[in-house]
Amino acid sequence: MTPSASVLLLTTLTGFGYGLLAWLGVFGAARGLPQQPWFGPLAIGFALAFASAGLLASTLHLGRPERAWRAFSQWRSSWLSREGVAAVLTYLPALAFAAFWWFDGPGAGTTLVAGLAAGAMGMITVACTAMIYASLKPVRHWNNAHTLPDYLLFALYSGALLLMLALALGGGDLKGAALLAAVLGLLGLVAKLAYWRHVDHAAPLATLGSAIGIRGATARPLDKPHFTQNYILREMGFQVARKHATRLRKIVIVCAFLAPTLLALAAAFGLWPAAMAFVAVILAACGLLAERWLFFAQAVHVAALYYGHEV
Amino acid sequence: MTSLPQPAPGATKLGLVIDLDTCVGCHACAVSCKEWNHGGASGPLPDYDSRGANPDGLWFNRIHSYETEGGACGSRTVNFPRSCLHCEEPQCVTVCPTGASYKRAEDGIVLVNPDICIGCKLCSWACPYGAREFDEDESIMKKCTLCVDRIYNETLPEAEREPACVASCPSRARHFGDLGDPNSAVSLLVLARGGVELMPELGYKPTNRYLPPRKAVVPTGPVEKPLRAGTGFSASLLSLVDRVLSR
Ligand code: SF4
Ligand code: SF4
Repeated sequence: MTPSASVLLLTTLTGFGYGLLAWLGVFGAARGLPQQPWFGPLAIGFALAFASAGLLASTLHLGRPERAWRAFSQWRSSWLSREGVAAVLTYLPALAFAAFWWFDGPGAGTTLVAGLAAGAMGMITVACTAMIYASLKPVRHWNNAHTLPDYLLFALYSGALLLMLALALGGGDLKGAALLAAVLGLLGLVAKLAYWRHVDHAAPLATLGSAIGIRGATARPLDKPHFTQNYILREMGFQVARKHATRLRKIVIVCAFLAPTLLALAAAFGLWPAAMAFVAVILAACGLLAERWLFFAQAVHVAALYYGHEV
Repeated sequence: MTSLPQPAPGATKLGLVIDLDTCVGCHACAVSCKEWNHGGASGPLPDYDSRGANPDGLWFNRIHSYETEGGACGSRTVNFPRSCLHCEEPQCVTVCPTGASYKRAEDGIVLVNPDICIGCKLCSWACPYGAREFDEDESIMKKCTLCVDRIYNETLPEAEREPACVASCPSRARHFGDLGDPNSAVSLLVLARGGVELMPELGYKPTNRYLPPRKAVVPTGPVEKPLRAGTGFSASLLSLVDRVLSR
C-alpha cells in the first residue's frame, strides 16, 4: 500500500498525543506529576496539540475535506467513523481535566476522574485507528492479531517518552516515567519483531488462480489491461525493494526502540535528563515514522494479484 | 447507511455472468462501459495525460489476459474482464464512514452517492477485487453501477435495458440477470457450466459469477501426410526434402 504522509502523520502523532494523555491521567491519579496549577493544563495542551496535528493532517488528505463532518455518521459499521467520533469526544474529558486541574486543583476527585476518562478515551481513539487497518480483509499485513495491540503499545510507549520530556521541562521527578518508557520500548521492540516474523511467514491470502476463478491451475499475466499506471496500481500496487526494507527495519529497531530506551535509562539515572528526554523523543518520532512507513509500504493488497504481484 | 441490508431468501440479486471460455479479450465491453458511464449518472470518467507519455484514467471494467497451466482447462490463454462483483457482504460498504457507499436492498446493486463521498479512499482498500477507482478531478470514489441508469431506463427500448458491457460483447460472453432467482436464465447457465465465485476465501460472497474456460480440443498428429511422388532420384530427393521440412 502506498504510504501517504497524511496517514503516517495521523497514526504517529495521535499515538504520541493520546499516549501522553493516557499517562497524564494515570500519573495524575497517582500524584506523580508536579502539583503546580500551570503544569496540568500545559501538559494536557501539549498532548492535545500532538493529537490535533495528526487529526488535521488526516482531514486535509481527504478528497473533499469540506464534507469531513459527514464521517461522524456511520459509527455503527465503520471504524473510520468511530475513530472520528472518539477523537472529537476525547476533547471533552481532556478539556475538563485541564479545567478541573486549574480550578479544583490537581488532587481533586473531579480532576482525577476527568484525567482517567480522558486517557481512556484517547486510547479508545487509538484502538479505532488500529481497527481501521486490522479489519481490512484484503491486506493480510494488517488484518492480523498484531495490529491492535501494537498500535496501543506504540502509543503508550511514545506517550511515556513525551511524559518524560514534559516532566523534565516541568521540573518534576521523571524517574518513574523514564523507567516506564524503557520497559515499553523493549516491549515495543519485541512486538515489532514478532509482527515482522508473522508477516514474513504467513501464507498468501489467495492465488491468482482463485482470483480469476480457475481453481487448481497456475496462472501468469500475459497482457495487462493498460500499459501505464492506474489508480489500483498507484494506490495498492506499491512495492518496496527488499534491500531498502531490510535497512529500514534496522533503522526502526535502533531509532524507534533501542536508542530511546537507552536514553530513557540514562535520564532515569540522572544523566542530563532534559537533554536525554529531548533526544529520545526526536529519535523515537523519526523511528516510529519509519516504522509506520514500513507498515504501509510492506503491506500488500490482494487486488495486486491481478497484476501479477506476489501477495 | 453503510450497514448492509438483511439478506432475504429469494431476494433479487442482479449481477453478471462472464464466460471465460468465449471471452476473446477484445475490450469492447470496457470501451462501451467507459462511453456509457462517461455520459451517464456517474460521469465523467476522467482521463489524465491521455495523449502524453503516461496516459492514465478511470475505468469501471478492465480486461486482463493470463496464461494458465494445469487445472481443468489445461494450458491456454484466458481473457479475464474485471469489474465490481456487487458482493453480498462487501466490506467496501461497511467501512465507508459517510454512508456514501451503500448496497441497495431491492436489487443488491452497490453504489456510491457522489454528493456525500468525502474521498477518503478507504472503500477501495476494502475491495479485494480492485473494482473501485478514484476520480482525481472530482476527488470522489466511483465504481461500476451495473448500469443502473440503463437497466431501469424507460426511455430506452426494452431490449436495450441491460448493462452496456453486456450489450456490446461481440462473443456473447457476458450475461445479465437475477442471480437470486434459481430459475433465471443466468442461474441455470451458472448451474450448467459450473460457474464460480472469485476468491470465495475472502468471504465477500460476490454476486457475479465466472464460467470457467473449457479444455480446448487441439487436433494432434500431422495434418498433412508427406507426399510420395513416384520413384526415382528426383522423387526420393523431393521426399527427403519434404521429410526434413515437415519435421
Ligand atoms: S467487488 Fe469490490 S466494490 Fe464491488 S461490491 Fe465487492 S467489494 Fe465492493
Ligand atoms: S471514498 Fe467515499 S465512498 Fe469510499 S469510503 Fe470514503 S466516503 Fe465512502
